[in-house]
Amino acid sequence: MPIYNKNFETMPRKGIEALQLQRLQATVERIYASVPFYKTAFDKAHIKPKDIKSLADLQRLPFTNKQDLRDNYPYDMFAVPMEDIVRIHASSGTTGKPTVVGYTQNDINTWAELMARSFSAAGATRKDIIHNAFGYGLFTGGIGAHYGAEKLGASVIPVSGGNTKRQITIMQDFKPTILCGTPSYILHLAEVAQEMGVDFKDLQFKAGIFGAEPWTENMRSELEAKLHLRAIDIYGLSEVMGPGVSIECYEEQKGLHVFEDHFIVEIIDPETGNLLPHGETGELVFTAITKEAFPVIRYRTKDITSLNPVPCTCGRTHIRMNKPSGRTDDMLIIRGVNVFPSQIESVLMETKEILPHYQLVVDRKDNLDTLTVKVEIDDQLFRDDIKSLQKMENRISSDIKEYLGVSAKVTLVEPKTIQRSQGKAIRVIDNRKL
Amino acid sequence: MLAEQISIFIENKEGRLAEVTAILRDANVNIRALSLADTTDFGVLRLIVNDNDAAEKALKKEGFTVGRTQVLAVEVNDEPGGLNKVLDPLCEQDVNVEYMYAFANPQCKNAIMIFRFDDPVKALEILAEKSIKVISGEEISNL
Repeated sequence: MPIYNKNFETMPRKGIEALQLQRLQATVERIYASVPFYKTAFDKAHIKPKDIKSLADLQRLPFTNKQDLRDNYPYDMFAVPMEDIVRIHASSGTTGKPTVVGYTQNDINTWAELMARSFSAAGATRKDIIHNAFGYGLFTGGIGAHYGAEKLGASVIPVSGGNTKRQITIMQDFKPTILCGTPSYILHLAEVAQEMGVDFKDLQFKAGIFGAEPWTENMRSELEAKLHLRAIDIYGLSEVMGPGVSIECYEEQKGLHVFEDHFIVEIIDPETGNLLPHGETGELVFTAITKEAFPVIRYRTKDITSLNPVPCTCGRTHIRMNKPSGRTDDMLIIRGVNVFPSQIESVLMETKEILPHYQLVVDRKDNLDTLTVKVEIDDQLFRDDIKSLQKMENRISSDIKEYLGVSAKVTLVEPKTIQRSQGKAIRVIDNRKL
Repeated sequence: MLAEQISIFIENKEGRLAEVTAILRDANVNIRALSLADTTDFGVLRLIVNDNDAAEKALKKEGFTVGRTQVLAVEVNDEPGGLNKVLDPLCEQDVNVEYMYAFANPQCKNAIMIFRFDDPVKALEILAEKSIKVISGEEISNL
């Protein structure tokens, strides 16, 4: 399989490290001067940009958390003036407060390059037709993949998510060869195709690039069997860039190559914050060393995985991260949307001005993630007519959709029926068995 | 003249209604009238009983959510057009029925209907004007 940027993607380790150090130093120097948050944080840690003399010195820099981004909402983390920003994306956050990220023209170009590399790694060339079912909008998935596909020179079909039957007709008529989307949506699409009597064997797909939510090796087997393609995992998050931070290669499908000329990846012990050696499992941390508008330093992703430095048969020298196996917090990823129980809590507070006991139940029905929010009824919420109670359910459901962008079924339940553990209600039941 | 109804939230689960009636039995509460409104997930059980306080106390003790609502118990002639005679004047003056159910009363030749109106006070006035008999909560308890 061709490598999109051989110079950088097959660079010897020494070269990568020298480049990383030089880019890290430049980034640290720049943000110390332009982002008050980083200046304060570095001063507090008694470290100056000139103290970064080797890559090991990265460990002396403080971590950045999602909360820091929220505290600096919307634009205070930007390292360039607004006039240099050409694009803004946001990921779902607590009620009314998403995490906002910005890009300069150079950032957009870098992102497109890394997505083009990702498509290449999945076996795509400029001759391919890419069916992009990632959602377009504030979410980075759709547009991120789109620009990369164009950069590669492939033909991209910007179908976005939803309208499944039309997507299948497009697949039959336009004959795309590469498929992109969240794995749960794609599995749902496969079922709908089956109902329509469409067999993926008769379609032209050779590879699928799936991501934006965690998925397992079992799902890979299912995707490959049902869709007759090779299923490739892609990883990214808007805080670091978007999709294309790392990707599996078509050859091995074993671990995701992190584009190390643009990101420094670390695994830390989530409790102590100490760096862990390669192979050990811990929290994934990224430092963006080429981004102009939004260069995060040691951003804690809360994703749990390990790193694999073993050279890969595909020829890429970039280190591989194993498929993330979980999270350090209670975040749920439902059909590509990040959902925290605390966000549901905020919605309930806003809707009813009281906080009832609640529980999130996530299931996977017909390969589609479903979210049910159980709300315990109490004397304040109770009405003796069905209409008011149903109206309450619908209102909460539409507020969740509005604030979080995820569909949820709200069910009122009797008091004290939500399981409690040591007096605390169990907030999340995930039946998906990821 | 308003009567009081108690209402209970119950999930659509097997045997749940029987649990409620068992609690009332053990509290020595007699059910005079009842209606159950339901959705796929839950229902609201509305009851007219001989002792609201005892019923509420017993149900709350078992963890149920119990509400109280003012309703009207109206005597309806047991003949064609009997119910219509009650509803017509209310309808003319824009008083609407939110829900209603019948009352078992073997001692009386007329039927008794329990009504929840959107405006109970106005409904009461109209019914008095039309000389339609409204039965008090106390009478209901003693029936």
